[in-house]
Amino acid sequence: MTTHMVNVRPYGEEAVDITWRDGLIAAIAPAGTAVVSTGDDVLDGHGLIVLPGFVDLHTHLREPGREDAETIASGTASAALGGFTAVHAMANTNPVADTAGVVEQVWRRGVEAGHCDVHPVGAVTVGLQGERLAELGAMADSAARVRIFSDDGVCVSDPVLMRRALEYVKSFDGVIAQHAQDPRLTEGAQMNEGELSGVLGLRGWPAVAEEAIIARDLLLAQHVGSRVHICHLSTRGSVDIVRWAKERGVEVTAEVTPHHLILTEDLARTYDPRFKVNPPLRSADDVEAVREGLADGTIDVVATDHAPHAREDKDCEWAAGAFGMLGLETAFPVVMETMVGPGRLGWRAVADRMSEKPARIARLADQGRPIAVGEPATLVVVDPDARWTVDPSRSPSRSANTPFLEREMRGAVVHTVLRGRPTVIDGALA
Amino acid sequence: MTAADMPPGRASDFPDEAGSRVLDSDGISRILGRIAHEILERAHGAQDLVILGIQTRGVPLARRIAARMADIEGVPIPVGSLDITMYRDDLSLRGARPLHATDVPVDGIDGRLVVLVDDVLFSGRTIRAALDALSDLGRPRAVQLAVLVDRGHRELPLRADYVGKNIPTSRDQAVRVRVVEVDGLDEVVVSG
Amino acid sequence: MSTHLLSAADLTRDEAVAILDTAAELARISGRTVKKLPTLRGRTVVNLFFEDSTRTRISFEAAAKRLSADVITFSAKGSSVSKGESLKDTALTLEAMGADAVIVRHGASGAPHRLAHSGWIDGVVVNAGDGTHEHPTQALLDAYTLRHHLADGEGALDGRRVVIVGDVLHSRVARSNVLLLRTLGAQVTLVAPPTLLPVGVEAWPCEISYDFDAALAGADAVMMLRVQAERMNAAYFPSTNEYSRRYGLDVRRASLLADGGIVMHPGPMNRGMEISAEVADGPRSVIVEQVTNGVHVRMAVLYRLLGAAEGPGASAEPTLSGSFEEAAS
Repeated sequence: MTTHMVNVRPYGEEAVDITWRDGLIAAIAPAGTAVVSTGDDVLDGHGLIVLPGFVDLHTHLREPGREDAETIASGTASAALGGFTAVHAMANTNPVADTAGVVEQVWRRGVEAGHCDVHPVGAVTVGLQGERLAELGAMADSAARVRIFSDDGVCVSDPVLMRRALEYVKSFDGVIAQHAQDPRLTEGAQMNEGELSGVLGLRGWPAVAEEAIIARDLLLAQHVGSRVHICHLSTRGSVDIVRWAKERGVEVTAEVTPHHLILTEDLARTYDPRFKVNPPLRSADDVEAVREGLADGTIDVVATDHAPHAREDKDCEWAAGAFGMLGLETAFPVVMETMVGPGRLGWRAVADRMSEKPARIARLADQGRPIAVGEPATLVVVDPDARWTVDPSRSPSRSANTPFLEREMRGAVVHTVLRGRPTVIDGALA
Repeated sequence: MTAADMPPGRASDFPDEAGSRVLDSDGISRILGRIAHEILERAHGAQDLVILGIQTRGVPLARRIAARMADIEGVPIPVGSLDITMYRDDLSLRGARPLHATDVPVDGIDGRLVVLVDDVLFSGRTIRAALDALSDLGRPRAVQLAVLVDRGHRELPLRADYVGKNIPTSRDQAVRVRVVEVDGLDEVVVSG
Repeated sequence: MSTHLLSAADLTRDEAVAILDTAAELARISGRTVKKLPTLRGRTVVNLFFEDSTRTRISFEAAAKRLSADVITFSAKGSSVSKGESLKDTALTLEAMGADAVIVRHGASGAPHRLAHSGWIDGVVVNAGDGTHEHPTQALLDAYTLRHHLADGEGALDGRRVVIVGDVLHSRVARSNVLLLRTLGAQVTLVAPPTLLPVGVEAWPCEISYDFDAALAGADAVMMLRVQAERMNAAYFPSTNEYSRRYGLDVRRASLLADGGIVMHPGPMNRGMEISAEVADGPRSVIVEQVTNGVHVRMAVLYRLLGAAEGPGASAEPTLSGSFEEAAS
């Protein structure tokens, strides 16, 4: 079966027709020159931008355990609508993904749902308790082929345990993704610590609690000769520390969430837990710093930290609210508004931050590939100028805790293709 | 008597007002003197009188009446003020207004003849509120009402015992009483 | 006046003075035999107390009852509140019962804000203390007390020097007082060990000092905040002894106040910790009076909020049941 995607511009460059067959790109020709035979499928690219399919290194799919908030099926459908062809499902499920059995189950459910590839992230410690290592090797060897390990939700705070984990994963080219949050400095913390938290009477989450752990871990990584990945970087200090480390050749990679690229702590004034997240929304200066970091490559990737929560976990007073925001369907428009629109990132760089680099960190062979003959037809077509309003009732996600409720977004995903099979056509699930 | 029958008066000293002055300073002074005499006459003297002015403009009028009575009788007449804001029946219509002082003379009102004094008698709701307030303050032997102006349109079965001037008005007219203690001059103006 | 009272910052200077003036008049009324006024007859006021607080709860109950409102109290113990029913469900139940005003005390900062803005209830919300955020009626009764002693019970508090001492970090009373006292023109100094001052306190509209004696010299009033001994276990200070020595108000320190200076405390007190028994019971202490003032101030707040809630305020429009003169008088 042959499919032609006509009139698209790879990386925003010249318009072409892309033809694929059996999941691989067979031909790329100037737009309007593709030879369409009867029985061929045609997808109209509308002259829009085509990029390699987005890869999310940080998603919460909640299954097993909290299917009331999200399932693998609903979460991956949301991912496909957001232009993602692969997501990494974090391990803080119930049961925790700390064994080969659980990760294989998650991986299989992803295959069944079919909206995008699901790569389970394995827990670093058993039950996320931070006491002893989980069977990282077994998870790496399982059908899920886990390469990223994280206790995300909590920090691997014991320095010895972190050291061991960093050393251990070298044997199968794995990487530890750290949720950097010193637990003692952030006990009961509710929002960024600063002038505003004092005024609002909400316990503060100081930037140093993130920065101190990052500093420790990248020094450890350097010492043991391992690579380390830092989840959801959120402060200027963190960006500075990672930049310093990279200049010294430390093998560190870092991610930033869309919400940290655009939202600030001022939203806490509403006391609406829709804006409660971990790490918390920070100051305007921190937002500027992470944008700079993403622009100059200090921050390697955009990762959504999509965190669905059931209504009752957000429809309450701030202190009782769960931490986390949805992000899969709004990631691209946020990058558009904060980075592409102002000229801080070109389309090649967007491809790098949202597809190529994440795939490399995750050691995925068939994602984040160049748009070229012989490569997988795993693509996303985006319209940079589309305007739309966030309406959770129209989203396949089971949850509605988006911070962009009723906000007008700029930029939309039009088509998503996974190894030649469209998962999203004209903005709707295929 | 209609508005057309009222004696012609000067326009008020208040610049933005279109209206005619129906009572001037002398007129008011004569009325207050007459009322002071009438109260004493009916009460057969000043033995157990208490004069209470209803906030706000009833208060200076009450003080003046009490002063005249003191001149006539040669004894001081107990005088005070009554604020009825908390007893109004229109909180949800008009909102929360500022409170003024309720000052009851030292010997109280129990067993006494209380004469309430107000500037204008209109619907009667103010007086109803004043009676409620009075009953929370004590138990007078009797209550009478003196007003400078009665403009009609009663909504309750209440009447004044002593009236300075009857001024029939239509509902949408406005009757403004000004007293020197509050407004810098004495006059009554009808407009609209 | 804005529809709700969630923060002391909601009040302009004029509004605050008007509440204090109203409270003063109500205080005189409470000297009478019949202390009740019919003003809020037919209105329903709900006390929603998620946190235990006998003193504040009774004060609000008395205030509402003296205005003849119907009062319903939900308190944390012995109701569905204690069984873990959510704030939202509790609010929806109250709305179904037709609450005109909800007075809420909650352990989470911002809970009254959520009640007021979530659309769960229709009535007026009064914050009776939320977490470590604010306690606006406490600040009002404190201002009333200060005004009574330092300003002859009239006007505002321009130029008066007030020192607030103690666990500012965890104190909603401190936050509300700093805001309101500043609005009323007073000069406030916060005194505490650095561990008990919030990050960013330098931006607050007040002075900061670590030296209690220096700050007290010539001050018109000192307000002591409750300090929990358990804070010692979280390393906010090394021991209760050291805390009292450096930041406790004893007779010697109280004598540093200006002539006529007063000692205040929102209660409940830790006698011997932040304040000595002699000072608490001494001649400068107005602590008991603060409690009495609380009822009158809360009556004034309820009156002004429920009056403003539906009415157009002091409108000059003549209505059928009142003359133009009645509106003006």
